[in-house]
Amino acid sequence: MTAPSLAPAPSGSLGARRRPAFSLGRWFEQPNVFSWLMVTPPVLFLAALVGYPFFYGIWLSLMDRPVASEGRFIGLGNYAQAWHDPVFWQVVINTFVYTAVATLLKMFGGLGLALVMNQDFRFKNLTRALLLLPFIVPTVLSTIAWQWILDPAFSIVNWTLIALHLITPPGPSWLGNTHLAMASLIVVNVWRGLPFYAITLLAGLQTISPELYEAATIDGASAWGRFRYVTVPLMKPVIFIVTMFSVIFTFADFQLIYVLTHGGPANATQVFATYAFDIAMNGGQLGQGAAIALTMVPPLALLILAMAIYLRPDKTT
Amino acid sequence: MTVGDRNPLGRLVKLWLPLAISLLFTLFPFYWMAVTSLKPNQELYSRKVMPLIVHHPTLKHYVDLLTETGFLVWTWNTFVVAVVSTAISLIFGAMLAYPLARVRFAGAALVSFAIAATYLVPQPLLFVPLADIINSLGLGDTLTSVILTYPTLLIPFCAWLLLGYFRTVPGELEDAARIDGASRLQTLVKIVLPLCGPGFISAGIFAFTLAQNEFLYALIFLTKTEVRTVPVGAISELVRGDVFYWGQLMAAALLGSIPVAIIYSFFVEHYVAGLTAGSVKG
Repeated sequence: MTAPSLAPAPSGSLGARRRPAFSLGRWFEQPNVFSWLMVTPPVLFLAALVGYPFFYGIWLSLMDRPVASEGRFIGLGNYAQAWHDPVFWQVVINTFVYTAVATLLKMFGGLGLALVMNQDFRFKNLTRALLLLPFIVPTVLSTIAWQWILDPAFSIVNWTLIALHLITPPGPSWLGNTHLAMASLIVVNVWRGLPFYAITLLAGLQTISPELYEAATIDGASAWGRFRYVTVPLMKPVIFIVTMFSVIFTFADFQLIYVLTHGGPANATQVFATYAFDIAMNGGQLGQGAAIALTMVPPLALLILAMAIYLRPDKTT
Repeated sequence: MTVGDRNPLGRLVKLWLPLAISLLFTLFPFYWMAVTSLKPNQELYSRKVMPLIVHHPTLKHYVDLLTETGFLVWTWNTFVVAVVSTAISLIFGAMLAYPLARVRFAGAALVSFAIAATYLVPQPLLFVPLADIINSLGLGDTLTSVILTYPTLLIPFCAWLLLGYFRTVPGELEDAARIDGASRLQTLVKIVLPLCGPGFISAGIFAFTLAQNEFLYALIFLTKTEVRTVPVGAISELVRGDVFYWGQLMAAALLGSIPVAIIYSFFVEHYVAGLTAGSVKG
């Protein structure tokens, strides 16, 4: 990974037997030299701010390290502490529930919306632009709006349900009840993430040649058959990539949960990122926080592996 | 699937109804932001008036937000941070992407693996060590802290997207330039970059919205009002103690979303191209 050093070009007759003169310009034109000169600055930048923190995080996770004081090496002590911490296991379950339910809803909802959008209608581009809004607007800001929509005292959802005589006043506390809080978070996550799915899958649908559908129709395939044997297999690569991104970023979600519930009530919505934040930033236990964050890696790797097996693009169905 | 369905009832069920529900679900929070931000407090916290519309609109929350809080400073900070980190990311992204797209060199596979790995590392994995590093460098409460760290989120994406665009430039064009005596760098700057404008716009828009959206690093690194960005400022300073200033919060949410929405509306096609490039290409 070391860059070829840019020594000043020797001005003498070095190499004069084969070439007229050593030329810095020509040296620079060599594929390896040119490429490494180009990629070295960004690679070093990423190594310093992603690679180094990653390994430093592993080191921190092996230390008893309260903020602003010397660390003490304790081996796997932080991991052992997490293992015996009931809240940690709650966090594991919460994260899996949140990721699995939200991802499935986004996948099926997104595919449904993409199929709807893949028809010809007026204002299609405008509709697409509007549907993408939740994805481009800063998440924290739209999440604050959701917090107000789900407010315990002035929830517009409760007002509407009461006005329709579907519930009796005052109505449920969407973010204060342990089960409803998780459901609410999932709804907001789907609200934000579904457009990404829908628009990406729509782009995938548009690459499918209409001739394939015509051929399937001639062969007697029904609408479901065309979907099952033409659309789904051809869409698998796109679905795989989108789902992988979605799983990673839902699993590691922070801002939405931090804003809406801070992990509460009673840790019912605490996930890896919010718990690590609580311990490291609010509790000042950097080592323990780093360990909690790192425990995210094995389950995340397993999830991605499982998805790779089930949604493998080249898997024939 | 796009075969025209002439039956109006079928069209209603298959197209207009699901679209209407999706749009309602998608847009209602924005409507609610706008409505809330225009209501006077006595209307906002009254159970007697119908809440879905504004009865006595007022701009008081906007005036208070702009005069009594640091909102304008936060907006400026957010803008500066987003522009600088997007610029850094585009330059570094292009420096990674061009050799990978066009030159056969030793270690190319390693570099592309490193980019993919960086892309997939979720932020919460890094924030604890990064907080320690930023503090020990004395960069806490400076915009530099986020200007340095945001590109780590943006460079892999920019590199990936630009890689696709660089590959679309016909190799013959570059060969012709090289034969005429242009160096690799001249070929890149004079031939390839001008042809990849749309790629840079897509990557730039995408990076810009991501930078505007970032919250975790900003929350940890920026704890003083004069260096905060809009999301962090809104969440930490418009909620005082347990009191939520909903009118101001909604005004801030709306105003904070508008710059992104405007830029986005001008470049929707580029944005969608960027969004789908990674997953649909090839």
